[in-house]
Amino acid sequence: MAIEFKPSPSLPPPSDSVGPVAWVRANFFSSPLNIALTLFSIYVLYLMIPPVLQWGLLDATWEGSSKAACTAGGACWAFIGAYFEQFMYGLYPETEYWRINLALILLIVLVGMFAIKAVNKLFLSIAIIVVYPIVAFILFSGGMFGLETVETSNWGGLFLTTLLGVVGIVASFPLGVLLALGRRSNMPIVKSVCVVFIETIRAVPLITILFMASVMIPLFLPEGLNFNKLLRVLIGITLFSAAYMAEVIRGGLQAIPKGQYEAADAMGLTYWQSMCLVILPQALKLVIPGIVNTFIGLFKDTTLVYIVGMFDLLGRIQAANHDANWLGTTIEGYAFAGFVYWIICFGMSRYSMAVERKLDTGHKRK
Amino acid sequence: MTDNNMALAQLEPGEEAIIEFSDVNKWYGDFHVLKNINFSIRKGERIVVCGPSGSGKSTMTRCINRLEEHQKGSILVDGIEMNDNLKNIEAIRKDVGMVFQHFNLFPHLTILENLTLAPIWVRKMPKKEAEEMAMHYLERVKIANQAGKYPGQLSGGQQQRVAIARGLCMKPRIMLFDEPTSALDPEMIKEVLDVMVQLADEGMTMVCVTHEMGFAKTVADRVVFMDAGEIVEANTPHEFFENPQHDRTQLFLSQILNH
Repeated sequence: MAIEFKPSPSLPPPSDSVGPVAWVRANFFSSPLNIALTLFSIYVLYLMIPPVLQWGLLDATWEGSSKAACTAGGACWAFIGAYFEQFMYGLYPETEYWRINLALILLIVLVGMFAIKAVNKLFLSIAIIVVYPIVAFILFSGGMFGLETVETSNWGGLFLTTLLGVVGIVASFPLGVLLALGRRSNMPIVKSVCVVFIETIRAVPLITILFMASVMIPLFLPEGLNFNKLLRVLIGITLFSAAYMAEVIRGGLQAIPKGQYEAADAMGLTYWQSMCLVILPQALKLVIPGIVNTFIGLFKDTTLVYIVGMFDLLGRIQAANHDANWLGTTIEGYAFAGFVYWIICFGMSRYSMAVERKLDTGHKRK
Repeated sequence: MTDNNMALAQLEPGEEAIIEFSDVNKWYGDFHVLKNINFSIRKGERIVVCGPSGSGKSTMTRCINRLEEHQKGSILVDGIEMNDNLKNIEAIRKDVGMVFQHFNLFPHLTILENLTLAPIWVRKMPKKEAEEMAMHYLERVKIANQAGKYPGQLSGGQQQRVAIARGLCMKPRIMLFDEPTSALDPEMIKEVLDVMVQLADEGMTMVCVTHEMGFAKTVADRVVFMDAGEIVEANTPHEFFENPQHDRTQLFLSQILNH
């Protein structure tokens, strides 16, 4: 008779390899070099943190109407307070701030509704992609439904930064997908058009494109035909970002095994069905880090519109620095700008990581 | 090819061919991968294709649903010629299921979604109906309890059975198998072969590239042996294994059967 095989029971790992103490030991004190690095880092932090806290919090002045009020020797945050509304809304009329706020709340509510199961996702997407931009445009520029007209030259501050960033991101993403698919197409004309477009745009700095958009395009257009500078700049940013996006997405397309394309083909799916249902969902998920990288880069690149005479958040801060009442507040201004950009970009990064985790169906061993 | 085998590669007059290769040639660059393939497959016939690696057996099979293009000759599937006409190709692909060596399930979709994708989008079947049918086929391959999982959570053998069920969901007239058990652990080969035997017993037209000679002996109507891009020999399993005509076939059989 054969001997019966009984698998041995699974035992818990040894207690000195789990828990916080083991974690600290493994990550900070695992070798003489690591011990030295840990102690050195603690010393550097000890040197740096107290002076920053002293300047930024303990000795800071929070209220006042000019630089003269800041006598404590620390940061002069009163400057930010005095100009806060301009930093947020630019030269938008004060009585109309509610329009921007309403548009922002509307967007947050609409996006938040994705979390509710009962809502039809298709209708919601259409509402966000088609209906919302129209509503937001009417709210921002006015001239309809009794709303006062606000020229786009008065749009500015964080409002303009967000507008450029969001429109750039939303418009460049689908364009980037199409360019990436086009570049891998078997059709020679489609392929060459996409290659030429991508390579041309990527070879030119964004500043050049913005200059072209704001200065040169009006020269080429016939007399009388002219369109808004903001719109031209938006198109420039979108095209620029789409070229980068296309290459990121192409990387994802190339990473999908040939077998996935073949399986989709063998089922009789059409080209667009196989791309939209099989290939792109996998390819885009793979390159989420690269896509978010491009988004964050685009968001920060919007500061370059300062060069063509538009005052976004950074532009507004730099303009305020020239106020005779607040001379010498450059550091506070840039610290504030850095803080706002950091919050937004860090938020995008964390959000993308959450999306990645949610979409992970690979079930690899971690 | 001897005259005897030639007769077995061609059909008797009056017999209806579902797949017909005539003088098919294919090159990869300068490499002549298929040379003058003449072969017909009857409706309901089970064909096993074997041969050394690089002999063109996978390529020939993949020409049937035009995953590979041939440059000369003609391939008729269900009376439709496979050429650059995309509509023809899509029409044929609806009716030809395919199972791959590496399963090629869609990892971002659940098992059930993998099965219902083509019926819903290609056959325009209502979702509920497609799901009921998918569950029916999952039960047939004995894997219905895994319907909500993702492919990455299943073993290789389970994934391959799902892939077969996925092919069947399109109610195909022909099933192609491209080395379906080559990527599997030894313990999982049997569960996949069992499903294939069951399918063969139901009269499905099957073209199967495999090295499982046991499967060939029990299931095949004809065994096709290929080498260097040519069909060397095609015969009934009994004749093929007991009385191989060609010395190349004898060598191949002696190497795979006596190791």
